[in-house]
Amino acid sequence: MGFINKLQEKFQNLISTFTNRDKFVKALFNNAILIVLLAIVVFVGIRNPNYLSPQNLITLSVNAAPRFIIALGVSGCLITRGTDLSAGRMVGMAGCISASLCQRLDFAGRLHAWLPDMGNHEVYWVIGVILFTIICCCLVGLISGSIVAFLKVPPFIATLGMQQIIYSFNMIYTKSQPIGALRSSFLTLAKGITIPWIDLGKGRFMSIPYMFILMILIGIIFWFLYNKTRHGKYMYAIGGNEVAAEVSGINTKIMLLKIYCLAGGMYAIGGMLQAAKAGAASLSLGQGYELEAIAACTIGGVSTTGGVGKVSGILTGVLVFELLKSALLFLGVDSNYNFMVQGLVILVAVAFDIRKYIAKK
Amino acid sequence: MSVRLDENVLEMRNISKSFPGVQALDDVSISVKPGTVHALMGENGAGKSTLMKCLFGIYHQELGEIVLDGQQVSLNSPQEALRKGISMIHQELQPIKERDIAENIYLGRYPMSKIPFLIDHKKLYQDTSELLESLDMHFDPHTKLADLSVSQMQSVEIAKAVSMNAKVVIMDEPTSSLTENEVESLFKIINNLKAKGVAIIYISHKMEEILKISDEVTIMRDGKYVGTWKASELTTDLIISKMVGRELTNRFPARHNTPGEVIFEVRDFTSIHEKSFREVSFSVKKGEIFGIGGLVGAQRTELMEAIFGLRHITKGEVIYKGQTLNIKSPKDAIKKGIALLTEDRRGSGIFSVLSVADNVSIASLHQYVDHLVMLNSKKINNLVDENVQKLNIKTPDNKTLIQSLSGGNQQKVIISRWLANNPDVFILDEPTRGIDVGAKYEIYTIITKLAEEGKSIIMISSEMPELLGMSDRIMVMCEGRVSGIVDGKSTTQEEIMALATKYM
Repeated sequence: MGFINKLQEKFQNLISTFTNRDKFVKALFNNAILIVLLAIVVFVGIRNPNYLSPQNLITLSVNAAPRFIIALGVSGCLITRGTDLSAGRMVGMAGCISASLCQRLDFAGRLHAWLPDMGNHEVYWVIGVILFTIICCCLVGLISGSIVAFLKVPPFIATLGMQQIIYSFNMIYTKSQPIGALRSSFLTLAKGITIPWIDLGKGRFMSIPYMFILMILIGIIFWFLYNKTRHGKYMYAIGGNEVAAEVSGINTKIMLLKIYCLAGGMYAIGGMLQAAKAGAASLSLGQGYELEAIAACTIGGVSTTGGVGKVSGILTGVLVFELLKSALLFLGVDSNYNFMVQGLVILVAVAFDIRKYIAKK
Repeated sequence: MSVRLDENVLEMRNISKSFPGVQALDDVSISVKPGTVHALMGENGAGKSTLMKCLFGIYHQELGEIVLDGQQVSLNSPQEALRKGISMIHQELQPIKERDIAENIYLGRYPMSKIPFLIDHKKLYQDTSELLESLDMHFDPHTKLADLSVSQMQSVEIAKAVSMNAKVVIMDEPTSSLTENEVESLFKIINNLKAKGVAIIYISHKMEEILKISDEVTIMRDGKYVGTWKASELTTDLIISKMVGRELTNRFPARHNTPGEVIFEVRDFTSIHEKSFREVSFSVKKGEIFGIGGLVGAQRTELMEAIFGLRHITKGEVIYKGQTLNIKSPKDAIKKGIALLTEDRRGSGIFSVLSVADNVSIASLHQYVDHLVMLNSKKINNLVDENVQKLNIKTPDNKTLIQSLSGGNQQKVIISRWLANNPDVFILDEPTRGIDVGAKYEIYTIITKLAEEGKSIIMISSEMPELLGMSDRIMVMCEGRVSGIVDGKSTTQEEIMALATKYM
């Protein structure tokens, strides 16, 4: 009964939103981002129906997956009033490390001549490489976290320094050469499960990308982490009021370490997915990703003053960017305009969003 | 006491100002003559600061008028007050430390050269030199503020006031962080200002100082004007009795707690900072309400934060149930059953962007972990519901953000945060600060009930009636030291006030 009552209440709320002018305007403001998102989809969908074709949706999800995972990583830093400018370069590092260890043995120009021949057990090698890459990035995150937590360097500066260091490491490690010719087991990351009953014509079938599945999985894990564990509650508390958090018995330093470490892990996954998608990794991999991730989080309602941010919001923010990029492509807009449009969306979206808080005062 | 109107440089007539739940100023009048020092005295919360903020344009009075040099003025911002000749030397100075003296003094009104947009640096430093010389201050105008001592920064601040042709200079506790020698040089400067015909409104708790430097003394109590006297007519005892002279009404619940054996003991606590608490020892009994009195700056908060693991000490120990505790962080203190309600609710108490539920449960989440890492939402909700009901917290629901609650309800939320851990020692630092009268009574009832349940309460309070009305015993601190521990029933306000100023 309780459930039905709740449903009824929600329904009545919804009705009153459309009948009460003030409420309607408020709802419009509160959901500005979602409305923008919807408007993009409807407009472009009408102009070019292929925009909503299964094929394009798959492309979209594959593009969104690494971005979402990276944004989730950054979100912890942002919620605790920090930031992570090294995210993009860590994505690059993860891509380069994992790709260099997964180059094919028949490729003479591989970076590491010593790569072992695993025969039919190649897949175990690849799994090992994936875990190794995640650990590497977690360690780097741990270093960033220590600088922020123990040395009290402002996160903006701490991670800016790390960004430079990691970029240089990438150059030294790859000798500034692109790393291609990757093993098929590694490239599997960019494939998917074929669904034989959805025919796309011309003998091709709908398939659900592993990346999409992974993105949903990690999204769910983060939702639980942020809402149902001490880690999440403490994270929001530190972002809300660090002194009060300490008085309440939270070890704020260890928490920051955990958050930056976890972020590192997410960049590792994002970087490997990007490398697998492209079939190669290079120095430019991940460049500028940190800014897009931070922008996506901000658009999705992660507050720059800390303590606020939801997984669903972050997903919305990432989707706004990916849908927009795809929309511009489908509308045939000169790609030189891409960043201009993205910049405008950030400004407009956040200006709208901030009105929520201004109105409260 | 009759003074001719035209003699006064400043008159504040019948000023009233209220904040939600508090009548901060109730029909207060004060007249200040040029070339005199007019002391303003009263307990914490008597309304001195509010009155001065009205004068300096930070607040605007609801009733009453301000007359400056015979003309009624309306002061809507500090800038306007400064323009009209009113300056304020704040207790906490806010200089621009990385810039030099001249730039600090003439900030925002630099002399300009004939070439547009360029500052006339030569004139700037020349003017500053002359100004400093005229005040008998021997600084190089090029010295960075960061290289000055607190008292020197204060002198610069005073020089700035003079440079703006101030007719009235307000000094809010100017000696609170000065050494004796520095106080002497401040007094020289003050006398210098007097000779120039500047009127000084001087706020301080220090009786000796007041009697020495001031010409007239106005005393306030509970936001009301008590009276104005010539300093020569007053003595320390007379001032104290006028400051506290009020009847205690029945503002506190009846207490039925019975203090038992000593369970919590602090020995020889000494801060790493020279000017903070020193060699503090006291003990608290089971079921006792142990009040801590003293003036603002007596280092009571610092002491409690050190006990709770938030500050460092050079020596001292905490003995709890016969066991010496090793507290390095609040986490350790909480584990041992100690709770601290901090003084600054907004700064270190509430998580304003989080819900009531999160605010209640944050310190006790370790009790609600199921399946390795998952929190049991049902149990947490039960905890929150229980506390909301028990402490009568007025909130639309548990998901409401705490920032939309009233101060009293926020305070109750934080108390329930600690109750969830079932502590035995409850340190309450100014538990009713900024809370309206009705909610105060509720908080008192909660405190009384806790003591009746056998919890030990340590309560810092700067409000005399609260201290007397609630405490079984009262420890008074002065300048970081314990100046006495007295029985709550037999002591008087006069005795506590005398102890609170004992080492000054």
